[in-house]
Amino acid sequence: MKSLSWMRFSAVLVKEFIQMRRDPLTFAMMVGVPLIQLTLFGYAINTNPKHLPAAISINDPGVFARSLVAALSNSSYFDIIKTTNSPKVAREMLDRGEVIFAIEIPVNFSRDIVRGSPPDLLIETDATDPAAGAYALAAVNGLSATALRDDLVGPLAARARTAAPFNVVTHLLYNPESITQYNIVPGLLGVILTMTMTLITSMAVTRERERGTLENLLAMPATPLEVMLGKIIPYVFVGAIQVILVLIAAWLVFSVPMLGSFALLWLTLGLFIVCNLAVGYTASTLAETQIQAMQMSFFFFLPSIMLSGFMFPFAGMPHWAQAIGQVLPLTHFLRIVRGIMLKGNGFVEIWPDVWPLILFMFAAGTVALLRFRRTLD
Amino acid sequence: MTDSYAIDVHGLTKRFGQKTAVDHVDIAVPKGEVWGFLGPNGSGKTTTIRMLCGLLHADEGEGTCLGYDLRSQPDDIKRNVGYMTQRFSFWEDLSIRENLEFVARVYEVPDGGMRVKDTIARLGLEHRQTQLAGELSGGWKQRLALAACMLHSPKLLLLDEPTSGVDPEARRDFWEEIHALSETGITVLVSTHYMDEAERCDRIVYILNGRLIARGTVQEVIAQSGLITFIVEGEGVRRLIAALRKAPGVEYVAFFGAVLHVSGHDRAALERALAPVRAQGAFRIFEAQPSLEDVFIHLQEQAE
Ligand SMILES: Nc1ncnc2c1ncn2[C@@H]1O[C@H](COP(=O)(O)OP(=O)(O)O)[C@@H](O)[C@H]1O
Ligand SMILES: [Mg+2]
Repeated sequence: MKSLSWMRFSAVLVKEFIQMRRDPLTFAMMVGVPLIQLTLFGYAINTNPKHLPAAISINDPGVFARSLVAALSNSSYFDIIKTTNSPKVAREMLDRGEVIFAIEIPVNFSRDIVRGSPPDLLIETDATDPAAGAYALAAVNGLSATALRDDLVGPLAARARTAAPFNVVTHLLYNPESITQYNIVPGLLGVILTMTMTLITSMAVTRERERGTLENLLAMPATPLEVMLGKIIPYVFVGAIQVILVLIAAWLVFSVPMLGSFALLWLTLGLFIVCNLAVGYTASTLAETQIQAMQMSFFFFLPSIMLSGFMFPFAGMPHWAQAIGQVLPLTHFLRIVRGIMLKGNGFVEIWPDVWPLILFMFAAGTVALLRFRRTLD
Repeated sequence: MTDSYAIDVHGLTKRFGQKTAVDHVDIAVPKGEVWGFLGPNGSGKTTTIRMLCGLLHADEGEGTCLGYDLRSQPDDIKRNVGYMTQRFSFWEDLSIRENLEFVARVYEVPDGGMRVKDTIARLGLEHRQTQLAGELSGGWKQRLALAACMLHSPKLLLLDEPTSGVDPEARRDFWEEIHALSETGITVLVSTHYMDEAERCDRIVYILNGRLIARGTVQEVIAQSGLITFIVEGEGVRRLIAALRKAPGVEYVAFFGAVLHVSGHDRAALERALAPVRAQGAFRIFEAQPSLEDVFIHLQEQAE
């Protein structure tokens, strides 16, 4: 028997579409979840993350530069993961999202301080998630008065008493006005899809099991692949409708900019939706009852919103949490969607987060297929 | 020999944890016959049928359905067998028509649209075809289920208590349909609780606690039991039950059809037990063939 027959597959597909249309819960979730989430998370979630990755470029061999670097490290807001003499290298790391801050100590930094003409300390930050950097920037401003106090002794002591020995110049990139919704709303797209897609599909097989119709379905010659595809595809449409709802809200209500390509956005959305459907379908083959299926999908949903960088800036999370976060599709999707919408990223920039999604989709799909039992045992 | 049997299985066994639900069952049903599958609740009928149509893996045993191997050719079996589940298992949120169309497509029935239309017409459901299956009465659900599992022209029908909870008229119609199907060469294995339905079968098998303990025509099963039954008739026979049950040699006393059935294996002992009743002169006592029900109750009591 062929493992994929168009006729058998379309039989399941049509059946699922009809059942979906008649199920009030599907409609409620399709519209209700985005509505609730947008209302809830339209407000900013305030956080005070520390240990944010930073790259620093130093072109001054002087003592003041060294003291400043030490002070930045001690502030516990910055994890200096790269020290270079090229501002360009630091900026590139910022563009790639490897660091949140690119700090530049300019040429003649120490000399200008000694001369009493305060030099500029340039800090560029990725403001797509304004909450991430806000406290850190405030900390730097505080530092400017105190960081060099121990070095400004003897004839230079007067400098410490007067105005700050150097100026902090910050450049907020990508979201210069630090509008939190810019960051939250694209993220919500991922959160809403994760929640609805896993929850709805996790009911797919379990519902048949609970109603006793699974026995009938299994006695028929449909293969696991036909059943899975037929059950999953209708929900891709539900996901697409949600995406449209959220994007309209993002545009009309929150005025979130869309700098990148819509085609690229839809492509990655499709990938992300299928990832979540595969997770939901796996839960549905494991669970005996719909309640269990629901619990399983929450078990997936909770770490997704906590550890993906949606609730807390990813870079500020402890390593173990980052490790878990790396496995979750939402983590990668958040970077992709923020990148496309707020930075205007193209395919090359988002590829590092696209292939993990592809990998996840095939892994979850395979598990779901293997888990689907063809008997009632 | 397999060719002449629609079902030919040996040593079929299924365990659920500690419990052996089906214990080394052998069944060989010749093509074109209608077989009844009898046994009390929980004796293993559903489990056996599920193993036959590939819904459960047998822990032991082997065999064929329609010549296809139970273990290695489950897909071929599924495509050629019609299975009607004990509980209505079509989709209640699909209409009659949508259910039938789904079945036609899943089995890749040639000219499926026509088949669905014909089936709806034959059921006389044209004006109700858009009604949801969940809104149908028990009798109509049963008719729909039978029609649906016939849609792909199976050669073997496995029907699990198809008539439970269905009114007598619908049951009669149902059996007429079964016999008509059998005329066309289809083999039927039907599980049931009803004795009168057993009489409509070519042969019956009786399963108890997972073991097949009787098989053959109704006459053969009755004869094999070696049971002797006396019938006691007359005004007030019911009052005799308690006394007769205590008498030695009486294995089983039942009251039905306004008469008493007094059964046992030892004719002399039964005569002795009935002597005091005979002496009262108020009752008519004569030997009769035990009914199938007598035999089954006897088999059950023997097993306990
Ligand atoms: N999935 C199962 N898990 C555990 N026990 C089961 C299962 N299915 C059936 N049984 C047990 O196996 C025995 C036979 O059940 P079944 O085949 O349904 O009997 P019948 O159809 O004759 O009423 C019963 O004791 C029942 O409780
Ligand atoms: Mg049963």
